[in-house]
Amino acid sequence: MLTETLTVKTRAGIHARPASQIVKTAQKFKSDIFLIKGNMRINGKSIMGVITLGATFNTEIEVQCTGPDEQEMLQAIKKLFENHFEEE
Amino acid sequence: MTDFTILDLLDLDLKDHNYLELKCIAGRSGLSRKIVNSKISRPGLPLSGYFNEFSSQSIQLFGRGEQVYLKDLEKANNLDNVRKIFSFDIPCCIFCDNTVPSEQIQEIAENEAIPLLITPLDSLDFSRRIFSALDEVFAKTETIHGVLVEVFGIGCLITGESGVGKSETALELIERGHRLISDDTVKLKNISDTFLIGSGENPMLAHHMEIRGIGIIDLTTIYGVGSIRDKKQVQLSVHLEEWDNDKNYDRVGDNLTATFLGITIPRVEIPVRPGRNVPILIETAARNERLKKLGIYSAKEFDKSVLQWLESEATKKMYYNSDMDEDTEYAN
Repeated sequence: MLTETLTVKTRAGIHARPASQIVKTAQKFKSDIFLIKGNMRINGKSIMGVITLGATFNTEIEVQCTGPDEQEMLQAIKKLFENHFEEE
Repeated sequence: MTDFTILDLLDLDLKDHNYLELKCIAGRSGLSRKIVNSKISRPGLPLSGYFNEFSSQSIQLFGRGEQVYLKDLEKANNLDNVRKIFSFDIPCCIFCDNTVPSEQIQEIAENEAIPLLITPLDSLDFSRRIFSALDEVFAKTETIHGVLVEVFGIGCLITGESGVGKSETALELIERGHRLISDDTVKLKNISDTFLIGSGENPMLAHHMEIRGIGIIDLTTIYGVGSIRDKKQVQLSVHLEEWDNDKNYDRVGDNLTATFLGITIPRVEIPVRPGRNVPILIETAARNERLKKLGIYSAKEFDKSVLQWLESEATKKMYYNSDMDEDTEYAN
């Protein structure tokens, strides 16, 4: 299992479109992904789940990837966070 | 558990017979004080000067008895014990029966920044309501990836891998007149170690569903208020999984169980395959669960009938066989 803490760098936070980007990226991989914020732990392959996190600007999110392609998955998600979810 | 403050207590979304009807009349600067346990203290002993084992971290509830005693203390102009109570780090004081404490006491509370709240309820009714409210606030919680639907009054938690068809199944169930509590993320609460309550993680986003190919839909507007519910006791765990030819599925009705937060509930495992009508299977499982609650176990009853039948067949056979033996004897 790989874990890394990522920070939301978009002003608007994770709303519907960034959430769908995360899920779309996550679904390309076989591994399981969980996003953790505070005491909430949700499946990163579910759009409603990711939106429910309520991640605002500068929120720290712990990303947990487990499975055969966890390395690639975490890298892809990290890149997405760094690229501001290909938005701004 | 995030911090639970007095402000959160005033903000609790409780309805009808759970409503606390609290109002803050003094000490507003202390509204950010935290409530750390679900205990309620009746401060009779501290008022009379006995402070050993004073549960200073609990909510202090002034019922009729305490209020009368407080009045007597005021008459005698002896407020030392009251001042001492307020010098502790207590979260708040609640006065029942809508009794507004005197200005003197309001001033003490104001100075110590301890909120004074009043409620029109009597102390018995209020204690009952606040106990159940705080029980829920301090309950152990867990967020589950699944869908919670009420089917024939049974709270069914549908779980399974992403893409197995949980949301589609739930949609079909709603179409058949059942109710959705939450899609995708279900927050489970262990209430006093006896039962599980499931609700959506966020009331603002609840009752929306994400359906692959369509996007996000709002159930309240599409299917109406009859198709939704805020929370529901979870009574049955339904696990959907891809059909596995090597796996032995339950054919008779053995009792599988699932455990969430230390509470065990019945579980059914439903293999999914094109052409299998999963919603109707869940409906049947829910009906069966209701029957069990009435004390009728279909599988056991069936087995009993089979045993009875076998037994009677065996007796018949014995009887007829002996008859036949006699016949043959006569024939000889």
